[in-house]
Amino acid sequence: MKFAIVVFPGSNCDHDAYHATKHVLGQEAAFVWHKDTSLQGADVVILPGGFAHGDYLRTGAVARFSPIMPAVQRFAEAGGPVLGICNGFQVLLEAGLLPGAMLRNRSIRFQCEHVVVKVECTDTPFTSRCSPDQLLRIPIAHGEGNYYAEPEIVEQLEARRQVIFRYATASGAVTPEANPNGSVRNIAGLCNERRNVVGMMPHPERACELAIGSADGLLLLESAVHSVGQGTFVTTP
Amino acid sequence: MRARVFVTLKPSVFDPQGTIVTDALHTLGYDAVKNVRQGKYFELEIDAGSEEEARRLALEAADKLLANTVIESYRVEVESSTERSVP
Amino acid sequence: MTITDDIVKRHGLAPDEYQRILEMLGREPTLTELGIFSVMWSEHCSYKSSRVHLKTLPTTGARVIQGPGENAGAVDIGDGLAAVFKIESHNHPSFIEPYQGAATGVGGIIRDIFTMGARPIALLNSLRFGPLDEPLVRRTFAGVVAGIGGYGNSIGIPTVGGEIGFDESYTGNPLVNVFCLGIAKADEIIKGVASGAGNAVYYVGAKTGRDGIHGATMASAEFDEKSAEKRPAVQVGDPFMEKLLLEACLEVMKTDALVGIQDMGAAGLTCSTCEMGARGGAGVEIDVSHVPQREAGMTPYEIMLSESQERMLLVVKQGRESEVERIFEKWDLHAVRIGEVTTDGLMRVKSDGEVVAEIRTESLTDGAPLYHRPMTEPAYLTEARRLPSLGAPRPADEVFRRLLLSPGIASKRWVYRQYDHMVRTNTLVLPGMGAGVVRVKGTSRALALSVDGNGRFVYLDPYAGAQLAVAEAARNVACAGGQPIGGTNCLNFGNPERPEIMWQFARAVEGIGAACRALDIPITGGNVSLYNETDGTPILPTPVLGVVGLIEDATMIASGGFRSEGDSILLLGETLDELGGSAYLKVMHGLVRGVPPRLDLQREAALLRLLVKGVSCGLVRSAHDCAEGGLAVALAECCFETGLGAEADVPRVETALPGFRDVSVLFGESASRVLVSVSAGRVAEMETLAAEAGVPVATVGRVGGDRIRIAVGGRAVLDEPLAAAERLWSDAIGNYFESQHATG
Repeated sequence: MKFAIVVFPGSNCDHDAYHATKHVLGQEAAFVWHKDTSLQGADVVILPGGFAHGDYLRTGAVARFSPIMPAVQRFAEAGGPVLGICNGFQVLLEAGLLPGAMLRNRSIRFQCEHVVVKVECTDTPFTSRCSPDQLLRIPIAHGEGNYYAEPEIVEQLEARRQVIFRYATASGAVTPEANPNGSVRNIAGLCNERRNVVGMMPHPERACELAIGSADGLLLLESAVHSVGQGTFVTTP
Repeated sequence: MRARVFVTLKPSVFDPQGTIVTDALHTLGYDAVKNVRQGKYFELEIDAGSEEEARRLALEAADKLLANTVIESYRVEVESSTERSVP
Repeated sequence: MTITDDIVKRHGLAPDEYQRILEMLGREPTLTELGIFSVMWSEHCSYKSSRVHLKTLPTTGARVIQGPGENAGAVDIGDGLAAVFKIESHNHPSFIEPYQGAATGVGGIIRDIFTMGARPIALLNSLRFGPLDEPLVRRTFAGVVAGIGGYGNSIGIPTVGGEIGFDESYTGNPLVNVFCLGIAKADEIIKGVASGAGNAVYYVGAKTGRDGIHGATMASAEFDEKSAEKRPAVQVGDPFMEKLLLEACLEVMKTDALVGIQDMGAAGLTCSTCEMGARGGAGVEIDVSHVPQREAGMTPYEIMLSESQERMLLVVKQGRESEVERIFEKWDLHAVRIGEVTTDGLMRVKSDGEVVAEIRTESLTDGAPLYHRPMTEPAYLTEARRLPSLGAPRPADEVFRRLLLSPGIASKRWVYRQYDHMVRTNTLVLPGMGAGVVRVKGTSRALALSVDGNGRFVYLDPYAGAQLAVAEAARNVACAGGQPIGGTNCLNFGNPERPEIMWQFARAVEGIGAACRALDIPITGGNVSLYNETDGTPILPTPVLGVVGLIEDATMIASGGFRSEGDSILLLGETLDELGGSAYLKVMHGLVRGVPPRLDLQREAALLRLLVKGVSCGLVRSAHDCAEGGLAVALAECCFETGLGAEADVPRVETALPGFRDVSVLFGESASRVLVSVSAGRVAEMETLAAEAGVPVATVGRVGGDRIRIAVGGRAVLDEPLAAAERLWSDAIGNYFESQHATG
């Protein structure tokens, strides 16, 4: 099984995603340069974290015009699993592959820390090995993770069960105190209508080994392997 | 030709930076300042035959790249003369 | 243009220094040449006041691959790899514009590391500010922290540790010292050298603007007035550009097409050109008209002296040019050929083909003046070393709380939460206490990193204070299980032309040398920052030591926090009656007085060995150094980390000051002390190990409960609820900002 990790200029979690998929998970992984136009036959696509193009205009705003993005779009439309992590999530929003937008954190500061997220839905390629309401300890590291969408869109996301992760307390309560950035309804991650494209602010690739603080994120990558192996969420030619 | 593009968060969207600036102004005693919305400002040098063409290009650039219309709105001004005002 | 006395003076050159230039050139310099000499012979580039002292530091050792003199030092860490590291200051720019000053400081040190062919994997910083009650200080503090984060986070190098101190003397002169460490293949380290006549000299990176040209060195009236107006006072960092440079340079370095490379830091194109030539014993000829420029109408003088950030100078092997150009193009960078290596030993600068400067490269580097500046023991010392009458001490619980609330001791979470400390997924010990620990992927090893310094101790005794800084940094890495293998120093002092300051400097360097020799820590490089004064008042002399510790087995590490209820707490080392220079005196009495704690270097060395042994065999479950705030604060920090309480009974100490027995034991800062925890069943084993090592040991208590309880000689003196104490400690710094606004 092959993971493609898209490298934008300014991506800085690309090596971490590679390490997690290749060395921890033991799967095949390949970097795909943003100027390429092919995903090299990958089964899963990861848009990693970082500061693509410096995020100088807006997070993800320039990266969405990268030559690789039409291929990512086609892959997603064909049902292939796509995971956008942090900056990758922001790129997916800018590209319109997921609804909504990111605002500066409520604190207007960059925040790096472990948070707890609650798994809302397990019928996505990245949560299929999780149990409903499972709590995962995964780090965040962002300055703009304050998710926003028009109220109607938020209602629609809820109605269609597109909210996949919510920030929660250690005991699983979704409260304002557990919300690190002001995100609407404590949204930490969501999926598209077809459920194959997932974007999330926390960094699962940073939580794949106990030695570095948590291995909870590995479940998400294992889910992808499982889903692809089961024949769910594979690209239809 | 020069176009100016002003990008601001839509009124309905919470502006964390503007809120902090408002609070800071209040602590400095500027209570008369009731609200601050922070935005972005761009100057575009455009090679265009007419003001209308420059405006059209600037609007397109704003819509496609400079603003994220999910949360932001924008406004374009076109200046026909390329003379710079001295700051 | 005729060079007048006034122009020489404006360039910061003394009359005898100008005389030296005339002799070296055998003619009057051009203005461009004068500018080049002035920056190369500045204190910052030439180390003219400090060099004679720095030469006394130990710089060699079995593991040293690269000592001082290159862009960074390097030590062997096994598996064919080298740790490449250095610390550097960006003090003055950070006061002028805190965000950009700190950000460009981070950018500069990162370039020094990847220039050596190493991938940077960790950043640390040592910061000093005035008291946070002052709005100006809060603004500086918040700006510096945001700037460090802004640059490091964006480029994707984790900030894994550091330290922050506060004192009035830093109000108008904050210190921003940044440490960076990278990993390179030991046999693939690349140097800043130009050689091989005919090899092309390339410029790559950001365009050159008028940033950072020393305003005062410019003859403004004679010069282009408009250009002076346009000159920005501060450099602005572009972490995205640097990220591209970092990736592109590392990719180019893999090709073996480079002869040498150096970043354009202080003194920009001038420094990189002549230093690379001098190191290679070669000449370098460049034409500034080929240098990419951000602004129109720049003169050769401005181009040569610009300190625009994110620029590199490369020497490429003949015939490999297109290969190198292609890699940079991939990253949307354009490498521009601006000249070539020559055999004549001259730095020749042309502008549109016309020679505007021609100087022997060595005149600018080794030929710089060298000063044995006069030194006098400062008069303040006699008085300062005497402890005045302190009256009756406040109750221990009150002192304890006041110390926890003081910003120097309080939790720095508000700060490090703004730094990405986990990117690259190597961070084994999160920031918060003691050393930062990062694993080295592809090996079983890890590195423990610590930066430390205590200006109060150095002020009261520069020799002893500097030794204490070395010892503390070494102790911190040893507490994590790291064997200290190399060090780097950043020496922050006042005006060296004052004999008292020069004395402080010289004594501190002697102290560092003695401690590094005793603890076997070669100094592989560093930085000197002088003239740190405001209105004639110098900062506390602040040498900061960065120490790298090698951990053989990354799975055998310790952090400072207690691990399990029921574990036994042992105190390694001896508590003496030592309040001199302590945080207690500063916080409770507003005093920087007394004699700093004594340091027995042999005992410190024994302690380090014991810690490394104890941690690597899994016996020591946690280890935390007793530093600022003494034993009581150290114990509390061990509890805060994991939320486990503790109960301790520590031996009493005879004190000179009546009534200060408890204070001295609880808050005195005797050196070479560490609180360790071990499983209850293994206390005897630990005691034996300590006895064998010749380190005093006492079993003082056990982990557990929800309070921090300390007795002295069997008599209870402190009993605080853990949660409340933790809240005071963790909210203290944030409260300065949340209640009064970050921008206030």
